[in-house]
Amino acid sequence: MDTEALQKEFDEKIEKDIKIEPKDWMPAEYRKTLIRQISQHAHSEIVGMLPEANWITRAPTLNRKLILIAKVQDEAGHGLYLYCAAETLNITREEMQEQLLSGKAKYSSIFNYPTLTWADMGAIGWLVDGAAIINQIPLCRTSFAPYSRGMIRICKEESFHQRQGYQILLTLAQGSKEQKAMAQDAINRWWWPSVMMFGPRDADSPHTKQSMAWKIKRFSNDELRQKFIDMCAQQVEVLGLKIPDPDLKWNEERKHYDFGEIDWDEFWSVVKGYGPCNEERMSARIAAHENGKWVRDAAMAYAAKQDAKSKSSTDKTSTKISKNE
Amino acid sequence: MEDKNIYEYTLMLADSSLIMGQRLSEWTGHGPILELDIAITNIALDEIGQARLLYQFAAELKNKQEPGSKATEDTIAFLRDAWDFKNLQISELPNGDWGQSVLKIFFLAHWQRQMYGKLIYSPIKNLSDVAEKALKEVTYHVRWSSDWVRRLGDGTEESRGRMQKALEYLWPYTQEFFEPEGYEWDGIFENAGEDFFENMKAGWNKEVSLVLTEASLTLPESHTYMRKGGKKGLHTEHLGHLLAEMQFLQRAYPGCEW
Repeated sequence: MDTEALQKEFDEKIEKDIKIEPKDWMPAEYRKTLIRQISQHAHSEIVGMLPEANWITRAPTLNRKLILIAKVQDEAGHGLYLYCAAETLNITREEMQEQLLSGKAKYSSIFNYPTLTWADMGAIGWLVDGAAIINQIPLCRTSFAPYSRGMIRICKEESFHQRQGYQILLTLAQGSKEQKAMAQDAINRWWWPSVMMFGPRDADSPHTKQSMAWKIKRFSNDELRQKFIDMCAQQVEVLGLKIPDPDLKWNEERKHYDFGEIDWDEFWSVVKGYGPCNEERMSARIAAHENGKWVRDAAMAYAAKQDAKSKSSTDKTSTKISKNE
Repeated sequence: MEDKNIYEYTLMLADSSLIMGQRLSEWTGHGPILELDIAITNIALDEIGQARLLYQFAAELKNKQEPGSKATEDTIAFLRDAWDFKNLQISELPNGDWGQSVLKIFFLAHWQRQMYGKLIYSPIKNLSDVAEKALKEVTYHVRWSSDWVRRLGDGTEESRGRMQKALEYLWPYTQEFFEPEGYEWDGIFENAGEDFFENMKAGWNKEVSLVLTEASLTLPESHTYMRKGGKKGLHTEHLGHLLAEMQFLQRAYPGCEW
């Protein structure tokens, strides 16, 4: 089939909501967009382990400690599924890792903010995981099948993460004066970065139009952002805490909450690498990679030795057999 | 008093698991590859999970002995000072490199397997129940860490060197494993004869030496100075720092719900 016919077949599948499998023909740009998006998503899971891991050793109870460790471990698992999904597009995990460590690939900017108190574990669960879920639920229906399958699994775990975060905040909000202040402080710091997680405004988002045409994305950045703000504006009432936006108010006509202007200078500066923890996060990833090199090398060397041994024993056996013959 | 022995013995097991789990959880997010990050995190989860069950039993005992003491798993874990902790010293040692951490798991898991393997027959139901669950977990830890000790010992020249160094550092801390404190006897094990601990030690030695030999590592000379005291509350400098970090929130904001 010529490219034109293949393209036509691909377009029809997209049109009819038939998922694209790795072995199907796909336009080079579609492949490139997916590699960028899925690997970026995987990197975000891996870098995203760091801000929460920062509180594992200081979790206030044994139960909270177990839940937090399990949660961070889930993120490692999510990273793994996503790297595997991306690998079906003909890129290796090593290549993706190299792109992350060299700074060529991006990860979600939210993880460049610091976790300063225990309440941040609550705010990350409620706001950051909450925003992630809103971004990710439509991805369960994304047009590339392995990504869609991975996202279905990930979303199930994410909703548990969000609930545990909200529950941490609820406990703090009902606790002592200091605990309540801690919860409010965390929301103050995490609110705007979470709102920024939906990316630039639609008008400034270069990839949105094409991604929506390919049904990789199903909703625009601004639509998803609005959904998130509407959800949080209601949930914060139950906590008895405040969202740090004086312009946040219900708009009866739009049936949505209006909200204040995002600080886009901050947004772009964190994207460009000048966030509060960009350097720490990258150094931690690079250190883990470098310190682990001898372990990976040893495992490879050992496997090669074992292979050689089993090969030589097979050779011996076959020599014996041939002698007996 | 028999209950006091059981209480202290339970703490010795629980503290060893908790401190080990606390240390291993420092690896989460920093492992050499994702699969290993997940694996070591699993071991940390198992260890802390075991500690919780044991502390819950310990709290029950304490509340029975001292009515009104309101002990919980968390008061026991977060509100005692280092000298009250009865963990084996090896669990509090810093993680060091990946090889040192793997070797720590290897030694401790083999000890736990011996201990839990006997404890499943204990007349104290709470302990035998925990042992039954924990035995499955530590059997996996034994297998996982043994595989990695072989791989790293018999991998590259660098990995062998690192493992040998870790072995020399950790070996002296294994002596206290099978030197029983007074509280380790009465009422905990049924029919525990004179040679009870000697037999466990022999079993441990045999299993451990076999893997170390396969890993082409050399056991340190036997006259190496052996460290002990963890089981009665004598610790290294490392434990105080570990507790300062672990207990920070409970100490800074006493009496709160979290």
